[in-house]
Formats: sequence, C-alpha cells, structure tokens
Amino acid sequence: MVKEIERYGLPIVHLATITTISESVGANRIVPTVAIPYPVGNPSLDSKDEHELRKELVLRAVKALGTSIDEPTQFEK
Amino acid sequence: MKIIYYVNQFFGQIGGEDQAGIAPQFTEKAVGPAMGFEGLLKGEAQIAGTIICGDNYFNENKDEALEAILKMVKDSGADLLVAGPAFNAGRYGMACAELCKAVQEELALPCITGMYEENPGLSECRSEVIVAKTGNSAADMRKALPVMANLALKLLKKENLALPEVDGYFAQGRRLTVFSDKRGSQRAVEMLLRRLGNEDFVTELPMPVFDQVAPAAAIADLSKATIALVTSGGIVPHGNPDHIQSASAQKWGKYDVSGIDALKDDYFTVHGGYDPVYANEQADRVAPLDILNELKREGVIGDIYTYFYTTTGTGTSVANSVTFGSEIGKELKEAGVDGVLLTST
Repeated sequence: MVKEIERYGLPIVHLATITTISESVGANRIVPTVAIPYPVGNPSLDSKDEHELRKELVLRAVKALGTSIDEPTQFEK
Repeated sequence: MKIIYYVNQFFGQIGGEDQAGIAPQFTEKAVGPAMGFEGLLKGEAQIAGTIICGDNYFNENKDEALEAILKMVKDSGADLLVAGPAFNAGRYGMACAELCKAVQEELALPCITGMYEENPGLSECRSEVIVAKTGNSAADMRKALPVMANLALKLLKKENLALPEVDGYFAQGRRLTVFSDKRGSQRAVEMLLRRLGNEDFVTELPMPVFDQVAPAAAIADLSKATIALVTSGGIVPHGNPDHIQSASAQKWGKYDVSGIDALKDDYFTVHGGYDPVYANEQADRVAPLDILNELKREGVIGDIYTYFYTTTGTGTSVANSVTFGSEIGKELKEAGVDGVLLTST
C-alpha cells in the first residue's frame, strides 16, 4: 500500500514496528514504532508520558514528510 | 477429445501489424503453432479448429471479441482451449489471458496458455489459468509447445499437475498439501547446512519479488500541508459498518473524521493478527488522529484530510494490497493531499 500510494508522487511515511518488512515492501520513509498492538502508544506508561512519546513519534513522522531523501531511510529518535 | 486453438493474426498467418484489426474467424483445421501442437498430442486428442483474431481488435473491442470467440469455442464442441503461446507480446498476452479466463468461467472448459514472465497478461490470469513458462520470443516455440501439450493432455485426462517447476508453468499462489519423506525440522537443518556451506539450496517458501518506487519529493511547507491518515491496523468505527475482514482483507474503508478530535474508543480494531485490548481502549494508539489534531492546532501541519483510510493487513495478499494502495493513492492525489502517514501493526 505504501509503495502504491507513493507511486502517485505523494510522500508517505510508514510507521511500523517490524521495519524489516517495511523495508522489504519498498517503503522509503520509515519511522520505527513501539510495538505491534500499539505502534503509536505505550499502555505501560502513565498518560502524560505516553502522550509525550506519542507526540514525539507523530511529529517525527510529519517532519520526515518534509525531509528530502534519496534512498529508503529510517527516521530514528 | 478435442482441442480448440487460439492465435493472433501473426501466428494465424494472416499478416502483421497491418492485420491487427481483424475480427475473430474460425478455421476447421490446425493453423500455425496449432499444427506443431497437434503433432505432440500423441493421437490422444485432435485439434478441432483454430480461432484467429487481430490483437488490436481483441483489445479494443473486448466484449464483442469475447462474445464471438466464446460462441466459436462452444460450437466447436472442444474439451479444452489452448491460447498462444504469447511469449512477451503484450496485447496478444492480454487477449490470451482474458479469453482463457472467460472460457473457464463461462463455458467451464479448462484452458492452457503460455507466456514470458514479464508479459502483462500473466498477472491478469495467473491465479486462475495454467500459464506455461516460455522464452520472450517466438524463437522459443519449439521448447514451449511440448510443455503446453503435456499440460493440456494432463488437464484433458483430469490428472493432477506436478509442481510448477516440474511441469513448467507459473505458480498460482495456491498452497497444496504434499507428502515428504523428511519432517520439516530435518529439511530446515539440511537447508541451513547447505547454506552455511555455500552450496545450492531451494527454499520451500519463496518470498515475493518487490519492485521499488523512488522516494517522493519532500513537502516544502508542512504548515500549509494537508496530511492523510491511513492504517493497515484494522481500525474501524463501532459496528464495522463496511464489514472489513479481520484477516485476508478483500476491501478497505474510509471514514469522515473532519469533525472528530480523536478516535478514542469510538473506533475499534477488527484486525485478527494482534491483541486488540490496547487499540480498543484508544484507537489512536494505532491511528494517531488525536496527535495530528494537536499538530494542526499548533500550526505544525496545515490540515488533516477529511477521510481516514483503513484496512486489515494480516494475511492480505500482495495483489490486494497493491490494489488497495493504488485506489487509495488515487483518491488522495485527486483530493490534493500533500502527504500521508500510514501505520501498520
């Protein structure tokens, strides 16, 4: 899906936990996430810390959309 | 048993590109490759006739062409249709693919065709039709016909085909049970030892081959950009109104989130491949609409696209995923979306 959407020239970030799959299917902008059942969350944290973590992740993904790349890139913290 | 044969204007010995517009015609004898093919049938089946149709005619008038050809196939009383081989000829390959599918579906007759691996007709029909592997040009005819004749005779006699690599056809993506004299763990260890020893080994589960798309240009000004949210995590509104499957998805859904600050527990997951507890408490843990709204309020991004797109990623075929991505991408592009976040579980 990621690749087919990007084929239209739309920049797309794949937020995924198993980044090896993400790479193998051809995602170019990848943000590694927390865990399979809660990629953008962490229920073991208190709500303030979880919110902080979630916001950092999404902000990183949005900034990745604004970052020029030449090859598949993982945007790490 | 009788076989009816389909060829294009070139292999039907009518002419080249200048004759590509001819309508389907039936000849009550073997023409072109059908002659060589008949010789390989060992007297176990005969060619009932040859249908010849121009490649352009078929592709530009598909409904009329199919209607006429299906009638010819039916009237011939044949038990099986052979089309091609089309090698790497795209229009011919598409015609063979469409015809085989139609004959199988509407007349319930088995079909055989042959193509080169990059022929666009292959992806059109390989999951339904037995397609022999051929080279990319007619120079391979001498090798292709015996493979196709063997497959045709097996289908006519209702014999099981051997594995794709043995009988020379394209794998259809089906899983069949086969018996092995060694258990899986033993085969795995042997494969590992061969690999460690730099010896040849053959995987029992080939990975699909993926093509690459170049990275799209970055968004110049995020604060003016409209961002769309997509997920393969199976997040849907309560009640799953579009009945999106919990595995091996056949469709995707889109939901208007323009007046919604967060998905919260108004949405839940139907995804059958992960523990749903955490997503059901707060669906934004999978599809972070709430954070996107915060970033919008803070002016980091311009807007969030009206619709949120969703499907279930688990067990979903590559072919369906490609279709979903292509359909969703088209909508997003036409809506003027600037960038996309896609979350996966």
